[in-house]
Amino acid sequence: MMDALIFVLAGAFATATPLLLAALGELVVEKSGVLNLSVEGMMALSAAIAFMVTLQTGSHLVGFVAGGLSGALLATVFAVLVLGFMANQVAAGLAVGILGLGLSGLLGRSFEGMTLPGLGKIALPGLSDIPVLGRILFTQDVVVYAAIAATALVAWFLYRTKAGLTLRVIGENPNTAHALGMRPVGVRFLAILFGGVMAGFAGAYASTVLTPLWSQDMIAGRGWIAVALVVFGTWRPGRVAVGAYLFGAVSLLGLALQAMGIGIPAQIMTCLPYVLTIVVLVAISADKVRVRLNAPAALGESYRPAS
Amino acid sequence: MSFLGFTVLSRTETSPLALLAVPLVTVVLSIITMVVMFSALGADPGVVLYSFFIEPLSSSYNLGEVLIKASPLILIAQGLAIGFRARVWNIGAEGQLIIGAICASLLPIFWSDSESAWMLPGMIVVGALAGMAWAGIAAYLKASFNASEIIVTLMLTEIAKQVLYYLLTGPLRDPSGYNFPQSVMFPDAGLYPTFGGDGVRANLSVIITLVVTIGCWIFVTRSFAAFRLMVGGVASDAARYAGFSQRRAIWMSLLIGGAAAGLAGVGEIAGPIGKLQPILSPGYGYAAIIVAFLGGLHPVGIFFAGLFMALVYVGGDIALVSAGIPASAPVVFQGLLLVFYLASYFFVRHEVRRVPQDTRLRGAA
Repeated sequence: MMDALIFVLAGAFATATPLLLAALGELVVEKSGVLNLSVEGMMALSAAIAFMVTLQTGSHLVGFVAGGLSGALLATVFAVLVLGFMANQVAAGLAVGILGLGLSGLLGRSFEGMTLPGLGKIALPGLSDIPVLGRILFTQDVVVYAAIAATALVAWFLYRTKAGLTLRVIGENPNTAHALGMRPVGVRFLAILFGGVMAGFAGAYASTVLTPLWSQDMIAGRGWIAVALVVFGTWRPGRVAVGAYLFGAVSLLGLALQAMGIGIPAQIMTCLPYVLTIVVLVAISADKVRVRLNAPAALGESYRPAS
Repeated sequence: MSFLGFTVLSRTETSPLALLAVPLVTVVLSIITMVVMFSALGADPGVVLYSFFIEPLSSSYNLGEVLIKASPLILIAQGLAIGFRARVWNIGAEGQLIIGAICASLLPIFWSDSESAWMLPGMIVVGALAGMAWAGIAAYLKASFNASEIIVTLMLTEIAKQVLYYLLTGPLRDPSGYNFPQSVMFPDAGLYPTFGGDGVRANLSVIITLVVTIGCWIFVTRSFAAFRLMVGGVASDAARYAGFSQRRAIWMSLLIGGAAAGLAGVGEIAGPIGKLQPILSPGYGYAAIIVAFLGGLHPVGIFFAGLFMALVYVGGDIALVSAGIPASAPVVFQGLLLVFYLASYFFVRHEVRRVPQDTRLRGAA
C-alpha cells in the first residue's frame, strides 16, 4: 500500500513534467493575448524529431534542443498566420496543430516500436535520504527539477520584470499598449516562439525520457491537457504547476488502483482532468471580477497594427 | 503599416472574385507543397497525383467511397458553419459525433434481432438528439456562465472518447466477441441501405447530406433567423440594439452543430462500420472545421470543399498502396490546406498597394 502510494506520488512528477512545460509556454502565449491551440501538434512533431535525433546522436541534450527548435518552427508558422496575416487564432491553431500531427506521423513511421535509453534519476545528496519524501521529491531526473525552476522563472518574469509587465499589458489591451510605445506584434511573436520551444521540450521529454518507446500516438491528448491546465490554473504559473502535478497523480492513481484490484475504470480517472477543467472554467467565468483579475482581456482577438 | 513603399489597406468591400480565388489558390499551393514534399521523400510525384486525384474517381467503388467520406464531412461542416458565422466556436464536433453514435447504437445493440422498419428512423433521431445534448452542455455553460465554448467543447470531446472506451470494455461489449472492445454487429434493420451497384458502399447518408445541404442553403440565404444569428456574431452591440439575443445565437449554433455531428455519427455506425468500435471517425470532426472554412462558410462552398476533402482521404488510402505514401499524408495535406487558406484569406479583407511616397505624405498631412 505504502509502496504503491510512493510509486504514484514519485511518478506523478515525471508524468506531470511534459504537461507543465507545455502549459507554462501556453500560459505566456495567452498572457500576451494569443490563444494557440496547436500545442498538441507542436508536441507531437517535436516528440518525433527529438526521438529521431536522440536515436542518431545518443544525446538527450541534443534531442531536447532539436525538439525545442521544431516546436519553435511550427510556432513561427502559427505566428506568421495570426500576426502577419491576422488570421483567426482558433482556426490558425487548429491548422498548425493538424499539420504538426501529420508531420509527426510522417517522420515517426520509420522508428515505430524502437526504444531509447531513459534518463538517469538524480538523487539530491542529503535530501534523498529523507524517508518516504526523499524517494518522492528528491529522486527525479534533471528535467523534473528544471520544470519546477521554469515555473518560478515564468512567475518571476511575468510579475517581477518590466518585460513581463509589457507582455501582460499587451494581453489586456494591445491598442493601449501600442499607444504607450510598446510593440504588440513583436512581443506576441516572442511569446508565441517561447510557447513553441516549451511545447517542443515537452514533446522531447515525453518521447525520449518518460516513455522512450516510439508509438504513433505518442502525445495522446497531452497537448490538450496543457491548454486545459492554463485555464485550470487561472493563468497563474504556481497554480498551473499544482494542477499539472495533480493531473499527473490522478492519471497514475488509475493504474495504481487497478494494480491493487480496486475496480475504478481507468477511463473515469482519465476523464477527471477534463471534468475538473470544465468545473474550474465555469467557476471562474461566472464571476466577472475574478475573470478580469486573471484572464487576459484581449485573449483570442486579432490585433491590427495602426497604420 | 508600410513596408518598402507597400501599404496594407483594409478593403471596404470584399471582392467576390477574391472569395472564389482563395480556395482555388489554397488548393493549388497545398498540392504543390505536397508534391515537393513527397518527391523529397522519394515518391514519384506523377503516381502520387494520380492516386490522390484521378484514381478515386476512376471506379464506381472508389466514387462510392468518396461519397460516404464526403457525407459526414459536409454534414458536420454545414452545422458548424452556422455557428462560425455567429462567431460561436464549436470545435468539439468529434465528441458530438461519438456521443451521437453511442446513443444511436443502443437501439440495434439491444434489439439486435429486430427487423423493424422503425429502427433506422429511431437511430437517426436518437443520434441527432444525443449530439445536440452533448453540444448543449457547452451552450448552457456558455450562455449561463460565460464559459468559453472552445475549451468546453474540446474537453467534452476527450470525455466522449473515454465514455466510448469505457462502454466498449464493459456494458456494450459483444459478449461472444473474444473480449475485443467492440459491440455486436448491427442487424440489417440498423444499417443504411446502399446504392450504386454491387459492393459499392454509398448509402443513405449521402441523400441525408444532400437534403441537409439544400436545407442549409435555404436557411442561410432566405431566413431571418440566419440573419439574426450572423448579426449577433459580427456585431453583438448592434444585435442587442435590434433586439436579437446573443444567448439564442449561442444555443442555436451549438444545438444545430451538435445535431449535425450526431447525425454524422449515426452515418458511420449504420454505414461502413456496422457496429460500435473504439475508432468511429478518422477525425471527421476536426477535418470538417477545415471544410467549413475552405467552403467560405457557405452551404454551396462547403459542399464542394467536402467532396474535395473526401477525395484527399480516399486518395490517401490509394496512395498508401500505390506510391508508398505514409498513412498520415492526408493529415499533413489537411493542415496545409487550412494554413494556406488562412494566409490567402488575408487578401479578401485587405489589399496591398504601392503608395507613392508623396501621396502618403500628403495623406498624413
